[in-house]
Amino acid sequence: MMPSSVELYPVNNFIGDIVRSIFPQPAAAVINGLLALLSLMALVGSLGAVLIFLERKVSAHFQLRFGPMRVGPHGLLQPLADGIKAIFKEIIKPAGADTFIFFLAPLLPVSAAFLVLAVIPFDHHLQVADPAGGVLYVLGVSGLSILGILLAGWASNNKYSLLGAMRSGAQMVSFEISIALLMLLVVMLSGTASLRGIVLAQEGTIFDWWIFKLPFLGILAFIMYLVASTAELNRTPFDIAEAESELTGGFATEYSGISFAMFFLGEFVNMFVAACLVTTFFLGGFHAPLLGLPLLDPLLKLIPGFLWFFAKAFLIVFLYMWFRWTFPRVRVDQLMYLEWRIMLPASLILLMLSGLFVAQGWVG
Amino acid sequence: MITESFSEYNLDGNTLPEGFRLPPPDDEEAEEFFVNIGPQHPSTHGVLRVVVRLNGETVVEVVPHLGYIHRSIEKMAENQTYVQNIHLSDRLDYLSAFSNNLCLCMAVEQALGIGVPERGEYIRLMICELQRLQSHLLWWGVLGMDMGAFTTFFYGFRERELINDIFEELCGARLTVNYFRPGGSSIDVPDTFMPRVKHLLKIMPKVLDEYSNLLNKNIIFLERTKGIGILSPEKALSYGCTGAVLRGSGISYDVRKHDPYSIYDQFDFDVPLGNTGDSYDRCQVRMEEMEQSLRILKQAAARFPGGPHRSQPQQNYKLPKGSYYSQVETPRGLLGVYIVSDGGIKPYRLKYRSPNFSNLNVLNELAAGHKVADLITIMSTLDLVIPDIDR
Repeated sequence: MMPSSVELYPVNNFIGDIVRSIFPQPAAAVINGLLALLSLMALVGSLGAVLIFLERKVSAHFQLRFGPMRVGPHGLLQPLADGIKAIFKEIIKPAGADTFIFFLAPLLPVSAAFLVLAVIPFDHHLQVADPAGGVLYVLGVSGLSILGILLAGWASNNKYSLLGAMRSGAQMVSFEISIALLMLLVVMLSGTASLRGIVLAQEGTIFDWWIFKLPFLGILAFIMYLVASTAELNRTPFDIAEAESELTGGFATEYSGISFAMFFLGEFVNMFVAACLVTTFFLGGFHAPLLGLPLLDPLLKLIPGFLWFFAKAFLIVFLYMWFRWTFPRVRVDQLMYLEWRIMLPASLILLMLSGLFVAQGWVG
Repeated sequence: MITESFSEYNLDGNTLPEGFRLPPPDDEEAEEFFVNIGPQHPSTHGVLRVVVRLNGETVVEVVPHLGYIHRSIEKMAENQTYVQNIHLSDRLDYLSAFSNNLCLCMAVEQALGIGVPERGEYIRLMICELQRLQSHLLWWGVLGMDMGAFTTFFYGFRERELINDIFEELCGARLTVNYFRPGGSSIDVPDTFMPRVKHLLKIMPKVLDEYSNLLNKNIIFLERTKGIGILSPEKALSYGCTGAVLRGSGISYDVRKHDPYSIYDQFDFDVPLGNTGDSYDRCQVRMEEMEQSLRILKQAAARFPGGPHRSQPQQNYKLPKGSYYSQVETPRGLLGVYIVSDGGIKPYRLKYRSPNFSNLNVLNELAAGHKVADLITIMSTLDLVIPDIDR
């Protein structure tokens, strides 16, 4: 077994072992990779349904409603019904739209989510690939999702769409910087840019997670990351690109049928991806929340890591939904003010202070 | 292709679309374009069409276009008797149907010298204040929605539903009520009226606090409304603004207080005022008006009298030759009705002075120089009901 390939494709779980025991080495690596990609596809597909159902239910209960109740028990099959409806609806292309870009754009946000999910460590040996520069890779491909919005707005030949796309472009350029700086902070603390390495660096009790280990600064960085990623996700209070009360749907105004559904799916899966990244960077990834209590800890350790991971990620997803159904929307210039006058200086100062902490050895 | 240049608007020798007055910019680099907001748009709340001249995100000029829901109610009024006209007045401003009814009835009463029994007056006053409450609750919910906080819409509707239930029990209708008559009201209030009002009075103060915390004290809300869309007192007067739009600019004029009708002079209430005339002040004035309405309702509920609810009911009212005017304070401002009678059972001419028409016209003054998002907020704080503008 080549150590380098094991590092890059850590599919060392029992399925991987079975495949390796049946097939010779080069074929086993390929089959394992394919199996991992297939499971990712299944994950993206099922996540879309789960998240859309969750958002509808969460928003309904925030708003004194029941949400979908008719299709299946408690409306569980509603996402399926929605999907079928979206597939059979007519796709209308406005006159003067740029055909190629118009149909390419909806695919980009989902692709971005798919690409980022490939490097997320769901459990010790549940990760498709673990490149050494995982954080850089995440930064690179996550930009694709806003590129899709930008292209959609441009190709639609509609003034509302164009306004939405321009807003989204400004947002992308700004908040990416804060996100990168906060990721850099985590990389500096962990001493590695591999996502698995970052999680392993937080091993131990709950107080070894980066959110708590760095006194005060950790929580601050966590909150700032949440804000910046909400902006990156185009969700309320930063949903200025869609802004249905101003721009009647913004970039998505001219989309219908399955191409709109792809945007919708992309938005929701990207929300989960952002939550996964928060979990990885600040909440100890797949580690159980050990409290240092001799009786409780072994019990918590019995629960598999990927369940902890999903529990943490869905908690963050719930936070994003909570934001969305509580806050009003900020204005485009206020968003820019928030980034360039508050978030950027704050994250730079945070980075410097944490550097001081690391250099002095005050962290762990 | 997407950003039309001015040359493409060369209609009838004009270089700009209809209604725009500012000359095209001298600056070659300025990229102005025109966007139609409405008649089908989530935030115009009706079929209002607003053509906006934008420079990037910044609003340069706004031109509202009316007439999409014109039903010629004033012309129709000439062919209907006064009692038949009451149901037409429901269709002006559907959120203040009771106040509209009242305005018309008061003009008829004034012409014929019909008095209203005490119970009738109390019913009128309480119903009108309940109506103010439900109209402002709807406004509050929609304000949040226009700002992107969708949840407020449902909370606003929760209490509004209680009030609409009262109306439904009262006269069978929730919006177009056709309830008041010259001399009182068409029917007496049901037995359940008082318990329902008392329940509402019990829960509303807490609810208003909750709503204030949910939206009106939110930092994003404050940032979005403070210093935005400032209407100076002089401008407000010269455009003929009334209601919360006028009071938000600091001018104390409320028909209920300064030209009291019905029995408003027997009640103790304040006229909330704003300081700067920005969007925030208009919102706060409406929030405080809800509290004042509760105060009036509380006093009225404590001394709600018995007796008849209507005096001198007639099938047709023949107004003596002459002209008659009456005005009321609807939730949106001053509604006036001017009747010219030739002595018949139908008006010779009937003219409504609607608050929304005047309030809409300040839109350009308020929104110019702000962002598109603020235009939507400003429109929301003006609390426009479009059928009242077109009639």
